[in-house]
Amino acid sequence: MTRQPHAVPLNDWANRGRVTAPIEDFIAKALVAAELEVRKLRHDPIQLFTRAVQPVLWLTIFGQVFTQVRGIPTGGLSYMDFMTPGILAQSVLFMSIFTGLLVIWEKDLGILHKLMVSPAPKSALVLGKAIGAGVRCLSQLLIVYIVAALLGVGLSWNPLSIIGVALVVMLGAALFSTFSLIVACWAQTHERVMGVGQLMMMPLFFASNAIYPIEIMPGWLQVVSRLNPLTYMVDALRQLMLVEPAGSYSLGLSLSILVGIAAVLIAFCGRLYPRLVR
Amino acid sequence: MHMIEIYELTKRFGPKPAVDGFSLTVEPGEVFGLLGPNGAGKSTLIKMLTTLLPASSGRAAIAGYDIGRQPSRVQRSIGYVPQALSVDGTLTGYENLLILAKLYSVPRRQRLDRIHAALSYVGLESVANRLVNTYSGGMIRRLEMAQATLHRPPVLFLDEPTVGLDPVARKTMWDLILQLRRDYGTTVFLTTHFMEEADVLCDRIAMLYHGQQVAIGTPAALKATVPHPEATPEATMDDVFIHYTRNSLSTETEGSYRDTSTTRRTAKRLG
Repeated sequence: MTRQPHAVPLNDWANRGRVTAPIEDFIAKALVAAELEVRKLRHDPIQLFTRAVQPVLWLTIFGQVFTQVRGIPTGGLSYMDFMTPGILAQSVLFMSIFTGLLVIWEKDLGILHKLMVSPAPKSALVLGKAIGAGVRCLSQLLIVYIVAALLGVGLSWNPLSIIGVALVVMLGAALFSTFSLIVACWAQTHERVMGVGQLMMMPLFFASNAIYPIEIMPGWLQVVSRLNPLTYMVDALRQLMLVEPAGSYSLGLSLSILVGIAAVLIAFCGRLYPRLVR
Repeated sequence: MHMIEIYELTKRFGPKPAVDGFSLTVEPGEVFGLLGPNGAGKSTLIKMLTTLLPASSGRAAIAGYDIGRQPSRVQRSIGYVPQALSVDGTLTGYENLLILAKLYSVPRRQRLDRIHAALSYVGLESVANRLVNTYSGGMIRRLEMAQATLHRPPVLFLDEPTVGLDPVARKTMWDLILQLRRDYGTTVFLTTHFMEEADVLCDRIAMLYHGQQVAIGTPAALKATVPHPEATPEATMDDVFIHYTRNSLSTETEGSYRDTSTTRRTAKRLG
């Protein structure tokens, strides 16, 4: 290890003197933080598939039974086709809403401190975590596609649609995992993050269009559902996943809402993030 | 230029200051030790100096950069080994350093060379591709040192660097710290509870008690200031510590439960 004498400005390569340099730096640092998550996952991939049980149960049991009911107006779709995007969104929600637990664990170990004293922007660290959560949730995409295909759901196998679905999954995961990180910054303990996660996940799921259309809800619930980001995630998935696109909003609108909310949450969380190590 | 310059630095949690008007200068290449009982404010002070915690008042500069106004300059100038674990057990030693090198924007062409140089400097090259959770406590500490010096900082902050280590591993850490100073002129700022460590390692020592500096000087000078038992030729560092912090038993403060639990957990993990 050789060192520069102290008179030489340290790390001069970071100052490239261009306007775009901070943006490039931000993206580069976020990707490094994401790489950290992916490398961890690579050493312990089994955890991904222990989370597969829930969507499989929803699709095989709940879905199969409710297909017989025919009481839910799904606009010409079979109920299985209608709910499959909803179940994918649900498993992404349930998986990412507890991301805060991981960061509390890292805080307690002390691993977080070394990231916080690095010159990487804090919101880039948050974005990296969010991307990591997104990659983790891609396993759910795989599982839902396999089970849905076996159950005869009319999935679109167009590669572009599948890439689109993967993007929406990552976007949704980023949004809900950042929400969970924000909770972690306030709550500081496992128990509280767990509690808030439990408290939020069912209302977010049921007050959305995941397993029934918004139109059949009572008026007040319709309002709540339209404010719920999960609704737009499900809607985007319905546009992309199925042979016959079904969805109430345009893909552009849903994606803009998801990107907008995720960006605001990530920026906000970046400001709160240093609280974790105080 | 002073490497560390602290002026009237204060941190309040509620009405009671955890660090109360602390002032200090540390010269380049110095190994400086901060001593004090649990809850005296050592960790709070280090957190402020490493930009993790904003100060309530006062100011400090590291390598000429203000901790409040130029945090990213400070961050590039310091290496920090926290008391708790700072390497990821689920990654290999090499991967831990790779991520850090990228976070500190070490140029791509230099990255591999620098990581391997850092690993061989701390004697971990042969285990670089093993998961860190298979490392011993001493190896983990040495990997943390490699990680903290990868971006070649002029100042190194070590929060209880040898807590929970066996005597051999502790001696190895001491050698490593002195070697860093000898080879690169690194300034080292450390906290410790081991009086022998302070005695052997540090050029100067400050005693912190209830957030205030109660004594400062070289180990020899401090020993000369306290009365010593008749039977011994001179006071030991233990005598110095007890002399300046003797009331700490009677007024054990809040916050020490968490301190203790962290220390014990760190000790358990490394041991």
